[in-house]
Amino acid sequence: MGDLQIKKSSKVYDVVIVGSGAGGGMAGYVLANAGVKVLMLEAGPFFDPAKHSSQLKFSYESPRRGARTKERGFGDFDAAFGSWEIDGEPYTKKDNTEFDWFRSRMLGGRTNHWGRISLRFGPKDFQPDDGVSERWPITYEEVKPYYDKVDRLIGIYGTVEGLPNEPDGIFMKPPKPRLPELFIMKGAAAAGVKVIPGRGSVLTEALPGNKDRGTCFYCGQCGRSCKAYADFSSSSCLVIPALKTGNLELISNAMVREVLTDSNGLATGVSYVSKDDMQEYQVKAKAVVLGASSCETARIMLNSASKIYPNGLANSSGLVGKYLQDSTGASQSGILPQLLDRKRINEDATGTINIYGPWMLDNKKLDFPRGYHIEFGGGMGMPGYGFGGYVPKLNGKLPGRDGKLKEGGGYGASLKDDYRRFYGIQFGMAGRGVGMARIDNYCEIDPKVVDKYGIPVLRFHYKWTSDEINQAKHMQETFSRIIHEMGAIPTSAPHGPEDMWGLEAPGRIIHEVGTTRMGDDPRKSVLNKWCQAHDCKNLFVVDGAPTVQQSDKNATWTILALSMRTAEYILEQRKQQNI
Amino acid sequence: MDRRKSLKAIGIGTLSAGLLLDACNTVEKKQDNAASTTEKAHPDRQPIEIEKDKNLNSWTFFTSHEMATITVLGDIIIPKDEHSGSASDAKVPEFIEFIVKDMPEHQVPMRGGLKWLDLQCMNRYDKSFVDCQKQQQLEMIDDIAYPGKVKPGMNQGVAFFDLIRNLVATGFFTSKMGIEDLGYLGNVPNKWEGVPEDIVKQYGLEDVTFKHA
Repeated sequence: MGDLQIKKSSKVYDVVIVGSGAGGGMAGYVLANAGVKVLMLEAGPFFDPAKHSSQLKFSYESPRRGARTKERGFGDFDAAFGSWEIDGEPYTKKDNTEFDWFRSRMLGGRTNHWGRISLRFGPKDFQPDDGVSERWPITYEEVKPYYDKVDRLIGIYGTVEGLPNEPDGIFMKPPKPRLPELFIMKGAAAAGVKVIPGRGSVLTEALPGNKDRGTCFYCGQCGRSCKAYADFSSSSCLVIPALKTGNLELISNAMVREVLTDSNGLATGVSYVSKDDMQEYQVKAKAVVLGASSCETARIMLNSASKIYPNGLANSSGLVGKYLQDSTGASQSGILPQLLDRKRINEDATGTINIYGPWMLDNKKLDFPRGYHIEFGGGMGMPGYGFGGYVPKLNGKLPGRDGKLKEGGGYGASLKDDYRRFYGIQFGMAGRGVGMARIDNYCEIDPKVVDKYGIPVLRFHYKWTSDEINQAKHMQETFSRIIHEMGAIPTSAPHGPEDMWGLEAPGRIIHEVGTTRMGDDPRKSVLNKWCQAHDCKNLFVVDGAPTVQQSDKNATWTILALSMRTAEYILEQRKQQNI
Repeated sequence: MDRRKSLKAIGIGTLSAGLLLDACNTVEKKQDNAASTTEKAHPDRQPIEIEKDKNLNSWTFFTSHEMATITVLGDIIIPKDEHSGSASDAKVPEFIEFIVKDMPEHQVPMRGGLKWLDLQCMNRYDKSFVDCQKQQQLEMIDDIAYPGKVKPGMNQGVAFFDLIRNLVATGFFTSKMGIEDLGYLGNVPNKWEGVPEDIVKQYGLEDVTFKHA
């Protein structure tokens, strides 16, 4: 031995950013374009959708026909590397509670896997008046200019609706609904559930002023990442353009261990282990920006304890890791018997949502706070692994071509024909709702366990309460009403109190936020309203971690807007020589 | 129409078209040597995935007798008809060999189910399933292919047949032959303008708009 040494770079960057997802990518983009010298560290490999996407491959080009693996949790063609478990990078759970942590170690992080459903938090999401939810220290009006800038920079489709808590954006034209989605609209109208066109970050029109990105050609495969850069991934839209400025350097496969601080408590840089050579490195910077994902950011801060910060970096409040939130999720799927033998069309459309059900109800009449929205989908998609599983279960319940009922299941020419007849008639609906911010839902450092790099790992403690369970029950009742009005047949298993109404385990919706919440009172929050640490003025957090209380809306658009706002604040503070 | 013109015709800009042509070329090349796709290092694969698939392809799970049985069963479930070939024509047995190695939870139910089937046939006809006459094979399958009318003692066979029926159907309808049979028209650059008028009319959906929703 004796050859272990820490390689220290003498170069001092203006800013080091940890993470290249929506938060890190946006901060890097804004800072590099303003001439700031940025070093970005990403824990996984480089990834460029133009070169590395599986777009336009057929199912048979995967030996497993696109099925999921442990190494790629959303299927063989999905752009996102990683899954709920990563070899050599464990996490643990406390008191028999549940939290499933999805990580994607690669350029762009989890923007490689997301629905591109792009929603603004509304005025009542920042300043709830329900007497239960905590308020953010900022208002919608303060964030609106940044949402506007994100819309213009990245591009989003949707329609101006003028709804009270679903702020409109600067929209391109939305894609039209698919055939099963027209039936959903009809059924939802009859069930009294409002449905509007989807809102997604896909370029349905040319993006003004941008020559690097193409427009959508409707393959429906956003999840594979887009070779034409026609949808939002942090890699294609933020990091790769930032690299072109010459002001941003990117180090891939750099797994950050801790933030380094000096005797005054200021951040001086970070240390990381390179996955390429397993050597230890230290880099210096005048400011540190964490965008590693809510939980990984909390992990880095808690692992950065020092004399000045005995409880972890910038953790005098003791709240780093606390108030962890994931969205609620429950779903149903079904088939439309009236569509049997439907005419073939190319119905791939976009890889995000065409129709969307915003939350419109009054909680005073309900037994849970806040609410949920509904994401709908259906159509004649590319057959992949698991294709047609419901056909032998249902072919005995619907008349055949001859108008007669037959015994369900079967085999042979008649079954083969059933698969054709049942093709393209399926649909699904999924609720995504507010998980309440609670101090006893948290991640902390496991006192005993380290990962393969020797970094102490996270231990989770997370429980749903009746707030979320009652909400899931309401979702299921709403879905059942819509499905009934559609004249459709459910194909998903029925849910009830025994399975918390199909409520997914915490973490499964991959909307993790909280853990370093912002606030005006340093005793009750980790960051100020600019996402700057109360205890350490040159430390910033730009992922989902600053969230005080999530909304039912998916977090990415808000992460982008707040990261842009924080990056502009950093520029301002640099100008004033405060950092 | 050549591809560049057709892309122009559907209104895709030059930049996208260039990228797409590359993408299309890649697809075509892959199809030419589909057999070796799993062997080749793809730029979109992580090293751990390339290694995994290499390992999965380096050994064989099913015995030749089991593969013969799977082949016969596959072609009973999805036979050749006027539209397309049979399961074995679409190399479904090879897919099943791969997928049970990739998803080990299928291994015991498949191996045990095949054994269950052979023992049933030995008791009934004194032959293994593949050595039975076609009529005997179908008699046997009739006892396990209909979950709604199960004779006593046949439940395990029904569960096995459910599994292999799903694997055969997935394997067939995700193959090139199966996708063409289904008439899936996507996975090509196009312009989505919504459901065509005639289809909207066919289902009486003319009045469905967001205003009413």
